[in-house]
Amino acid sequence: MNAQSQLSGSERFDVAIIGAGVVGCAVARRFALAGAKVILIEKGSDILSGASKANSAILHTGFDAPKGSLELALVQAGRQEYLDIHQAMNLPLVETSALVCAWTPDDALKLEGIAEQGRQNGVDRLRLLTSAEARTVEPGLAGNLVAALHVLDEHVIDPWSAPLAYVNQAIALGATVLRQCEVRAGAFDGEWRLETNQGDIRSKWVVNAAGLFGDHVDARLGFQSEFQIKPRKGQFVVLDKAASRQLKTIILPVPNEITKGVVICPTAFGNILVGPTAEEQDDRIRATVEHDTLEALVTHGSKLVPGLAHIPVTAVYAGLRPATEKKEYRVIHRAEHNAITLGGIRSTGLSSALGLAQHALKLHGGADRGEFVSKAAPKVSMPNLTESRPRDWQAENHGDIVCHCELVTRREIEATLSSPLPPGDFGGLRRRTRAGMGRCQGFYCNAKLAEISKGCLATPLAVDQEDGK
Amino acid sequence: MSQSDVIIVGGGPSGVAAAIAMRKAGVGKITLLERERYLGGATRHCSHSPFGMLEFGRVYLGAAYGRRLEQEIAKHDIDLRYGHSVARLGEDGELLVSNPDGLQTLSAKRVLVTTGVRETTRAARLVSGDRPIGVVTTGTLQSYVAFHNMMPFRRPVIVGSELVTLSAVWTCLSHGARPVAVLEPSSHSIAPAPLSWFPSLMGVPFHHDAQVVDILGCGRVEAVRIKRGDIVETIECDGVLFSGGFTPEASLFLTSGLAVDWGSAGPAVDQDGRCENPRYFAAGNVLRAVETGGWAFREGRAIGTALAADLLGNPAKAAPTKVTYDDPIKLVVPNLLRSGSALPGGLKDFQLRFQRRTKGTLSLSIDGREVWRRNATWRPESRIIVPRPNNSTGAQRVHFSFREEE
Repeated sequence: MNAQSQLSGSERFDVAIIGAGVVGCAVARRFALAGAKVILIEKGSDILSGASKANSAILHTGFDAPKGSLELALVQAGRQEYLDIHQAMNLPLVETSALVCAWTPDDALKLEGIAEQGRQNGVDRLRLLTSAEARTVEPGLAGNLVAALHVLDEHVIDPWSAPLAYVNQAIALGATVLRQCEVRAGAFDGEWRLETNQGDIRSKWVVNAAGLFGDHVDARLGFQSEFQIKPRKGQFVVLDKAASRQLKTIILPVPNEITKGVVICPTAFGNILVGPTAEEQDDRIRATVEHDTLEALVTHGSKLVPGLAHIPVTAVYAGLRPATEKKEYRVIHRAEHNAITLGGIRSTGLSSALGLAQHALKLHGGADRGEFVSKAAPKVSMPNLTESRPRDWQAENHGDIVCHCELVTRREIEATLSSPLPPGDFGGLRRRTRAGMGRCQGFYCNAKLAEISKGCLATPLAVDQEDGK
Repeated sequence: MSQSDVIIVGGGPSGVAAAIAMRKAGVGKITLLERERYLGGATRHCSHSPFGMLEFGRVYLGAAYGRRLEQEIAKHDIDLRYGHSVARLGEDGELLVSNPDGLQTLSAKRVLVTTGVRETTRAARLVSGDRPIGVVTTGTLQSYVAFHNMMPFRRPVIVGSELVTLSAVWTCLSHGARPVAVLEPSSHSIAPAPLSWFPSLMGVPFHHDAQVVDILGCGRVEAVRIKRGDIVETIECDGVLFSGGFTPEASLFLTSGLAVDWGSAGPAVDQDGRCENPRYFAAGNVLRAVETGGWAFREGRAIGTALAADLLGNPAKAAPTKVTYDDPIKLVVPNLLRSGSALPGGLKDFQLRFQRRTKGTLSLSIDGREVWRRNATWRPESRIIVPRPNNSTGAQRVHFSFREEE
């Protein structure tokens, strides 16, 4: 079964979801489970091509979310559902905990307030620590730490396998996924007709989960957009897996008004991330890295965790968060038009996605009205890519290791290329297998990957041979 | 779990030479683990370079050199295992190894790590810009060509001016690609003249004091912006090749918590090639970037000889002393010294590199007494050899100082 099916003009969907980021994937799954006939439409050559490809991979508790906010409720609902389903889907949960670190006496004074907010938000497992206590939890922290707040339930997950699992479950329930499909316009006359580069799509409802293009898509659907996306770029550096010996806990700064700030964070794959920055820009596509900023992130990491000095940089990346002119989520329900917009989902989207999906289904109301017959969840089990649990290279008869840095086997790569939703581009292949993500960045494996993935990727790794010798 | 006397990790020139040397010295069971399906390491895909003059008295091109290594090792009783990838080095000589059949633990009385080098990636160089397809290193380009008959680009901009850069230019030109320009960030070509004239002779513009400040492209590379002095210009291209900037492939040491020397970025080793943990030895380019295949071969043979002597009678007992040095010296190998009986083989010289081009006086002092000095212009990637005095191993303090001229 391949999800990349052709459109037939007569097909009618219950729900069309625009945007296959983490939110769109979760929404597709939720509606498919509810029994709706779902189509997920993605402009990029693969899912997770926009904001969702770059984040810090933290599963938040919501301890610092605005009290009483929709964001808080959805982060907590999404988190709970992730905790409920991750084992069945073979998705990781790395129980790192987090330390909100105060490096100045002024910041230390704010910790009690942050803890109080956390308790009001229903996050109980919080401990205020002295510098010495915090360094017992995390011996790698620099000596000038003043105090810290230990948030025990902040965890780290695999930010790419999770949404892929969601969309795979939707596909197993019959959902259609179209990539390289851009919605150009939409008209509503009791049902939606979406005009795309792959033909018209008819659907009763539409859910706009278009992330960085959420406002544009609202406009294309004929709505007066209620918000404007103001992309906020975040740059990250990824340190070599050797760094994981230096740090086990998420290191958070005392947040300011604009952003959660730069975190130093273990990844599920055994690296350490430093980032993100928060830089306003107009461009919604280009997310460039910049030398001076990357260098500052490297320096910042080793200042707070001195053992990170000398650890080589494995990768650098940048992502754009779909911020708007307001801090809160911009969820808009246009019942008279059968439309829901899930806009302005910034840094917490990975945590809240499953919650947003529940919320969207509730706003839709179809399940409550008995329009659909809910379906049993089909078994979806993701290949494990994390260091903490057994991987394919440790298993029998894996054939061959293709990517030695990340220990990715040929069997894993071939399996993903023939999966229901094979990678549409090299980024997608990397996110699904980790091939080429390691310290040599393809010095050894890139050519092999070019061979194996020939004919599968939107932009092939090798150039056309015809004009060569 | 089977135990070997020695396990060698990596079947490039140094690993193969060490295996043969140890066998000749009478070491019993020697296991050589190679993750690929052939010997030769990096020489295998370097279709350009002459290898073999020093060790075999004749010239081989890359893949043929690897086959010669395979013939040599077949003459000796060495347990050679292909497709074996080491995932972890244990403190007590137990190695976690993945092979096509699954996972196993192998152990040995001594482990010799000969994992070679890799080039510094675009990411590690922290280069600004988009992150499109078509940004690779020389090794990647050469493996495209050598193993797959493919090309990652047609009109790349090439960064660097080391010997490997010239090899990259040659690989492009001989496979239907035409480099748009070769850029060297510093003020001089790192490869010496007349070799450094090669790109220009081939009609490829060479610019020093020039660096890539931005890479543009959504799918594939479309252009780079380069800065030459104060001028920033955009050059259209379909790829960027970062050549050289070799760094030891010392990840196994880093991830296993074994001591690494931050100057060389390879394992800390003493005069016998022995690591801080005396069960471990290292040889070849993992010690320092970067030497020729012939150098790595001879170094492997010398350290294999020392390892055999250590194993068969004279294990090290002393704690090592660290060799110290001034800026802008980048590295000194060996960077540890252990007192004790002198073993055959090992590293008879100190090898140094500078961080940047500089002029001044380099001197070596042992316990405060200067024993060697030289005034010269020092270039960053040139090999510098200082004979290692015999009394360096018993000394309290071995220090390289540098006095820079204005």
